[in-house]
Amino acid sequence: MSRVNPGGYREAAAATLRDEPDVRDSVGSATRTFDAHRRTAYGAIDVERWRDWARDVKSHALTHLDDYLEQAERALLDRGAQVHWAETAADALGVLDAIVERRGVRSAVKGKSMLSEELEVNAHLERLGVRPVETDLGEYIIQLLGEPPSHIVGPAIHKSLEDCRRLFHDRLGTPLSAEPDELAAAARHALRAEFLAADLGISGGNFLAADTGTLALIENEGNIRLSTSLPPVHVAFVGIEKVVPRFTDLAGLLQLTARAATGQPIGNFVSLIQGPRRSDEVDGPEEFHVVLVDNGRTTLFADDIAWEALRCVRCGACLNICPVYRQTGGHAYGWTYSGPIGSIISPGLLGLEEAMPLPNASSLCGACTDVCPVRIPIHELLHHWREEAVAEGLAPRGEAFGSRLYAAMATRPGAFRAGGGLLRHTPWPWIGRSLPVLGGWLQERAAPKPSRKSFLKLWDEGIE
Amino acid sequence: MSVRVSLFATCVANEFFAEACADTVRLLRHLGVDLDVPRAQTCCGQPSHNSGHVEDARRMAAHTLDAFADAEYVVLPSGSCAAMIRAVYPDLIGTDAARALAARTYELTQFLVDVLAVESLGDGLRGLRIAYHHGCHALRELGVERQPVHLLRASGAEVVAWEADQECCGFGGLFSAKMPEVSAAMADRKLDTLPRVDVLTSADGGCLLQLDGRSRMRERGISVRHLAHLLWSATGR
Repeated sequence: MSRVNPGGYREAAAATLRDEPDVRDSVGSATRTFDAHRRTAYGAIDVERWRDWARDVKSHALTHLDDYLEQAERALLDRGAQVHWAETAADALGVLDAIVERRGVRSAVKGKSMLSEELEVNAHLERLGVRPVETDLGEYIIQLLGEPPSHIVGPAIHKSLEDCRRLFHDRLGTPLSAEPDELAAAARHALRAEFLAADLGISGGNFLAADTGTLALIENEGNIRLSTSLPPVHVAFVGIEKVVPRFTDLAGLLQLTARAATGQPIGNFVSLIQGPRRSDEVDGPEEFHVVLVDNGRTTLFADDIAWEALRCVRCGACLNICPVYRQTGGHAYGWTYSGPIGSIISPGLLGLEEAMPLPNASSLCGACTDVCPVRIPIHELLHHWREEAVAEGLAPRGEAFGSRLYAAMATRPGAFRAGGGLLRHTPWPWIGRSLPVLGGWLQERAAPKPSRKSFLKLWDEGIE
Repeated sequence: MSVRVSLFATCVANEFFAEACADTVRLLRHLGVDLDVPRAQTCCGQPSHNSGHVEDARRMAAHTLDAFADAEYVVLPSGSCAAMIRAVYPDLIGTDAARALAARTYELTQFLVDVLAVESLGDGLRGLRIAYHHGCHALRELGVERQPVHLLRASGAEVVAWEADQECCGFGGLFSAKMPEVSAAMADRKLDTLPRVDVLTSADGGCLLQLDGRSRMRERGISVRHLAHLLWSATGR
């Protein structure tokens, strides 16, 4: 899959900073706004208790996943839904094949779904001759641009208002001076026709309540409501980690997720989908399919430490506060899930070797862990994957050698001091650039100024 | 009876902030502390630990544990190294000795305020406009937030409001060398939001190397000093 390239992180990040400096401005401004709203929304509730509770609910569900998934399946079937189990992306996409053929599907409207990005649903639909239309405004923008989302919640936050004005001018004929409201109205107008014409509606799922088989979806634009109720067929792709025990758990989880994501007390629209249209109902699809997707999740779950990452509710709060993410946005990370959460779930879903060096794309500052609504110890899991990488021989050989040598010296004080002396007397500006670690350092910074004498030398000579 | 402190200068400060370490000695003596500097001290092991080389880190941690076995208190002019001992050693080593060392280890301002109950060091910083960078490990793992700011203000300095004062500077140990472009952009965010000040300071040498190195490469002309140096200046000695 050509779009999967975490290995190019450093180069892609450097290229973004060098060639597209506007991205840093757009992402920085959007994430700081998101984060400020999150902070206010957290401040209005007893958020530490909410986070404890949400952590416990999600952890409980994950540690009883088989039971709750079976319960959810029974409830969904009772309500007339069709349930598909997909172990791989290919299995999940295969569900679409039969539906497209049987129903003669020619166009599909989509609500925002990260899992559908992970599975590359749009590319598959196009292969089947179906035109997929993204209906979330941000997703619509990046679909017009032919780009993947750069943020879990704000897929187009790397674009400026000016970018959007030019794009809509070219594609929808709005004036170059159009205000955001006019741009949204133009998209709304274009999308209205798509909703009415679509043969298929596709969504993800924020939560799936096991006891009632209720699929919960959060949004702000009403496009998910339309995508899931207007076309004759609705297919929901739901990661198996999205199941929660009870319908009543949704009350807290929906609110906490919205507060973490955008700082709203709750999303403008919450859809609680209870099956296809019943005989006494006027709205809703004739067919409702729920595709329960594994695609690497059970592998991640099998890791004794990293499994906690599966609690993720995809709020994006860790991206918004991450000083690393803020510099480049999500594209540099080379896969669907970016930022701190992406760097801890990608090693599980893609395999650690494929996901390197994402665990290193962090200063381990810990800001992400402070804000996670389900208390995933994100920076500790980043460290865990680094430890695994070393254990599996995936760390650069020079680094492993350097660390071993450093440790050998640091356990021999005399040698360590001699090494320190050498460091202080190195003519850094001249030879440092050609050295492995120091070279990277000196590329972006003036050479450090070592003290004339080490402190231990000063101490030996007597201080004052 | 006076308090007995073993100073852990740390590898970075020993080589790059030797005078600030000497100022730490002067300051602690001035406060009546009985000070020693164990000769066997080297590095806490954080660089290896953070990059996933935990076995190497464990050897360095065991060495440090031995070097400071007799210490009543261990004080470091470095938040992240203090955090390494306090927050990481107990699990990394897993012995009572490691837990005991963690419990008696302090970052300098934490020791001054929380243990020695220092209210003010003097008024030697009167009139200075200072920006204080909160190192991430000091802030999040040690909970050191008000102590350094309190000591600076109590010495007459104006600690300026700075919107990015609690954001990571981009150092992150080897991160700064592995991902230099992003790391530098993080430092730029700090420098570009910095109000006009006389001095930029922090309790962490690594952060200061990063901010100073980037500032000098961009010829920003910002005076960067280690916090220990300012605290000694505060006494007016």
